[in-house]
Parts: sequence; C-alpha cells; structure tokens
Amino acid sequence: MRVLERLGHTVEFPAGQTCCGQMHYNTGYQAEAMPLLERFVAQFKGAEAVVVPSSSCVAMMRDHYPKMAASIGDKRLIADVEELLPKVFEFSEFLTKGLGLEDVGAYYPHRVTYHASCHGLRNLLLGDGPIRLLRAVRGIDLVELQGVEQCCGFGGTFAVKNADVSSAMLADKMAAVLETKAEACTACDNSCLMHIQGALHRQKTGVRTVHLAEILAGDEGMAR
Amino acid sequence: MSGVALDPKTAPTFPMAAKTALGDGQLRKNVRHATDVIQAKRARVVGEMPDWQNLRESGKQIRQHTMENLDFYLEEFETNCTRAGGVVHWARDAEEARRIIVGLVKASGSDEVIKIKSMTTEEIQLNSALEAAGIHPFETDLAELIIQLGEDRPSHIVVPALHKNRHEIREIFQRTMNLPELGDQPHDLADAARMFLREKFLRVKTGVSGANFLIAETGGVCIVESEGNGRMCLTLPETLIMVAGIDKVIPGFQDLEVLLQLLPRSATGERMNPYTSVWTGVHEGDGPRSFHVVLMDNARTEILADEEARQTLNCIRCAACQNACPVYRQTGGHAYGSVYAGPIGAILTPQLQEMHHAQSLPYASSLCGACYEVCPVKINIPEVLIHLRNKVVKQNTAGVAGFFDVEAGAMKAMAMIFRSERRFRAAQRMGRVAESPIAGKDGWIRWLPGMLGGWTQARDLREMPKETFRDWWEKRGRDGN
Repeated sequence: MRVLERLGHTVEFPAGQTCCGQMHYNTGYQAEAMPLLERFVAQFKGAEAVVVPSSSCVAMMRDHYPKMAASIGDKRLIADVEELLPKVFEFSEFLTKGLGLEDVGAYYPHRVTYHASCHGLRNLLLGDGPIRLLRAVRGIDLVELQGVEQCCGFGGTFAVKNADVSSAMLADKMAAVLETKAEACTACDNSCLMHIQGALHRQKTGVRTVHLAEILAGDEGMAR
Repeated sequence: MSGVALDPKTAPTFPMAAKTALGDGQLRKNVRHATDVIQAKRARVVGEMPDWQNLRESGKQIRQHTMENLDFYLEEFETNCTRAGGVVHWARDAEEARRIIVGLVKASGSDEVIKIKSMTTEEIQLNSALEAAGIHPFETDLAELIIQLGEDRPSHIVVPALHKNRHEIREIFQRTMNLPELGDQPHDLADAARMFLREKFLRVKTGVSGANFLIAETGGVCIVESEGNGRMCLTLPETLIMVAGIDKVIPGFQDLEVLLQLLPRSATGERMNPYTSVWTGVHEGDGPRSFHVVLMDNARTEILADEEARQTLNCIRCAACQNACPVYRQTGGHAYGSVYAGPIGAILTPQLQEMHHAQSLPYASSLCGACYEVCPVKINIPEVLIHLRNKVVKQNTAGVAGFFDVEAGAMKAMAMIFRSERRFRAAQRMGRVAESPIAGKDGWIRWLPGMLGGWTQARDLREMPKETFRDWWEKRGRDGN
C-alpha cells in the first residue's frame, strides 16, 4: 500500500475479498474452489490493475482459473476471467513489468537474502525482477542465497501431510539462510515466508522474514 | 535371487516410508551426491543447446501426436515388425505379459536368460515369474546387477542403484562373486562385473529386454544404453524377447532425431549415449534367429482415456524429474513403493495400480514445478498431480464414509467461510480466541493439535495479529490518512 501510494497510485481494497482457492484446488477440492473463483471475479471486475502480494495466488489464477471457468461452461465467467487475468499482477511484477520500475525510492539498511518462491520463479517467470528491485534499495546489504531456486518445502497442505519430508527440505533452506549471515530473509510469497519464519523462530536464530513489499516500503523516516 | 519387488498394493504410504528413509543418513548422502552430479552434467549439456526449448516442444508434439493416434501407430508397428521377421504379441496386463514371456523362454529351450535393464520388466515383476518357472534371469546392466546380487530394489529409473555408494557395491560383489580381495575403485568394480557377465553373454541362448522406442514406420526397436551390455544381449542370443508398454511407440525413424537429443542430455547429462541400437526383425547369419515383441497395455489405455492425465504417457523415462525433485532428493526412490519413483512415479504409479492402492503418492510433492521445468517432453507433472488429488478426494468423499472424512469436513468448512465476507471476518475474530490457549505469551504457537501437529514438529507459528490488515485499512480510511 505504502509503496503503491508513494508511487502515486490510488489503492482500493475490496472488503469482500477472501481467498483465491489455491489451497482447496491444489489439495484436490476443485469443487470447493469454484465459488472462490466466482467471488474473486465479482470483487475485482473493473479494476485497472489487481496487485497481489503473493506469487502462488497469482499462479493459481493464471494457471487454473481459465480451465476452471471453461469446465463449467459459463460463457460470461469465461469472458470475465479472460478480461481480468491480464490485469492481475504479482506485486514485484507490477513494479518491474507493469510500471517498468526498478528504483522505488526505498531505504532499508539491513543485510538481506532473497528466496525465489517456486510459483514466482517457475509459473510467473519473475526471473531477476525482485532482485533488481532489491539492488536499487538504498542502504541494503543484499547477499545471495545458496540454492536460491530450491523449494523451502511448504507446498500448502504438503507441510502437514508430508511433515517429515517438508521439514527436511526446510532444514536445507534454513542452513542456506544462516550461511548468509543475513538479518532478514525476503521473498514474494507470504506462505514461504511463514514456513521459513516458523523454523527460524523455532531454532531461535534471531533471523527475521520480511515480505519484499515491507523492504520496498522502507524509507529514511521509518528505518528501524 | 531377486529382492522383494516393490508393490504399491502392499507398500506403506509415502509419508510413513519417507520417515524411514529420512532416518538413513548414508542413503540420503548417496542420493544427494548422485543427483547433484547428474544435475550438474545435465545443466551443462542442456545449457549449450540454443534450441533446447524448441526441442522440448518438438518432443512434446511428437509424443502427443503419437498418443492421439496410438491405435494407428501400434498396428503399423505390428505390420512392419512382422514383415521384418519378428513376432508381435499383445498383452492386456502384467499377468498376460509374464505368461507370454515365460512361454517364449521355455519354447526357446533355455532355462536361463540374459537381461537388458528394463523398468517395464520391473513393473511386471518378471524376474520372480521367471524364477517361479525355473528360469534363471541374469541382469547384465551394472546397476541392475548390483540390485539383483544385493537382493535389493531399484530406486531410480535410469540409475537403479543410485542409493548405493561404491563401498557398499564392493561389499555386495565381494560376498556374491566370492572376491575377498576386490578393491573399491570404479575400474575394480567394472572389471569384476565384466568377468562375471562375459561368460553369461557367451553361454546364455535367450535374451530379454525392454525398449526405449518402437518405431512404427520400420518395425524396429531402439535401445539406448551406456555399457554395451545391451548390444551383447541384442546380438548374441538365438532368441530375443522384447517387452514394451504400448506407450513406447513413435511414428517414424526421423523422430529419433529429436528424441535422441532430448533423452541422453536429460537422463545422464551426455550429448549422446555410448550405445544406441535399433533392432529390426531377423537377419540371416546375423543376430537372433527368433525375435519377439510383447506389446503390453497394463492400464495404459485407461490413462489414455483420461484426457487430463493422458500426458503421463508422453514420458520417455529419462528421470530428469527425479534428479530435480526436492522430495525425491530427500527420500530416495524406495519411499514411493513403486519401481517408478519421484515425480513421474507419483503420477504414473497411482494410474497403473488402481488409485486406491497408491493414494498417498499424488500428495508426495510440494508442487514446486522443478520436474516440469526439466521434463524433455514438457509433461506438466504438477497439473497431473492436482488432477489425481481431485480423484483421490472424490474417492474418499464418496458414499456414507465420505461424510465423516475429517479433512473433507475441514476443507468444506473453510470453503464456506471464504464464500462470505461476514463469515470470514467472524472467523478471523474466532481464530484469535481459539488460538489464545495454545499461543505463548510472546505471540508464538509451538504446538498444534491433530493433523496440524505436523507443522509444529519443526516450526513455530505466529499467532494472528491483534489488528488484521483489514482492521488497519478500515481504521486508516476512517481517520482519513
């Protein structure tokens, strides 16, 4: 919000929005995800741009919404999805591809490492967009994460259904994060961050997780 | 002599088997090392191809086109193979394939066979069937030999003994070949295997093999290998019996141009594999005098009938998805309880073995997409996994028992909450109340009940904020800033 407003945009938050349905869809509950697609369309129809601070939610919409709409054969819904989807952006994608920006005037004087969330990396093809945004932040000490493209092991209900494997994957990610000696680990997806944060806190590492937007919102006045 | 076959009907669920595998430090080290090495080699030889993405697309188109016209190409293969002097047999399932092969071996007059590495023969547990019929199979691929002598099970499609390091292999050879002085250098082990196998190549009159590609246009069978054992098995025996899933057919010889660029680069990280043989029929004074191809369905037509899962059949068995998969790399292949492990196994096995026997496999993935990224024929494995999860849910929620399914109940309740703003707000408020007894004073949850306990075995969870984004946003709007 702060970043977008600082750049001169008017931000609205449709109060009726809830969930994109990814958890249901990816766990096998396709029927339950359908009303959430309809809800999303109703809430965001007509927006100039829809900015989503989570790459996996955008991947859900782009990869599955058209198919879902087609599966029930509702022509109106198919048309609405087709019209709305090109306006849906993941947050960093909106800045780099939508607005063509790299420097958003942020200040964040901390040592930070970036984790490339799977859906942002492989489904949205964000590439080095988030890294370019981070490099332009003043005061930041950006350090590369070994195995940056390796999954952290979250995977939605995977973390619960296959808790042991998920934990083993997370342990590798943890070791890489700690190796960087960063104060904070960032990403474009809150679910990965919640997962990584869960282990960083359990192991009392003192390392924080911050969403990319929180870093880009930083300015000299609010520097912690 | 062969080990206990992997059978999804009796294997423990993936999470259970994975837990056991995760406790084996040596196994995890071996799997990590081997997959790291293959991945690095693959990245190098793929990186040097400027048209790799076009090649992948071509590979996908060839396979997709074949599947859409499978009946035509299979009959074309049968016609051309027969014309060249081969005999084509059709097997509906594993049972029929085993019966045909055992019969052919017996008819060849041999009580021994030499074998080329074949996942299809593993799929149908052919070795046990041969042994039960008094026929001794000798695996001639180095890795398969290690598996056979060690009474072990394959854990990888291309490198079946990937979970063993060379010290463990030396131990197996020392014990089973009676070579107490054997060293553990790669050339020591290769020498031992060569000595052991050479005599079998020269003596055994019947060969059994799988196939990489069946070429409809010529009736030829293509075998891709690295050790030369395959060529020995193709040329030395008097009788050659090949078994292949019906999905292995390709339209023309020219399609090999694309597929033989994709396969070795993806499988072993080589520009070209050392030995590629194409065997067509019978030739006077050269090679086997009797040549049989067993074309096996074994649930493949059912996969073909499922439009959303059909792409599973495009697989050319390169195992790049296994090497890239962060789940496989933690557990190794045995945890999947099937000869087809890793991401491709997670979609193939449940479809080969009626769904309910392998329900946990479609969930053995974080859907990270690394498999799709490396697949040489662009199989969207995450998409198929989700489709299969939907099938599992439909099975589990059917009938009266489904009404009491805990997970389905929770999912339906959550979906109901997400369908209404009022219920969503109420749930956020209730969530804060409900979590207060389990959250620590510092605002962190260290223990969760029931199914959610998996989370807190290695992770904490931040309690919900006192002020949600929604609260903040609305307050900000009211304050007018």
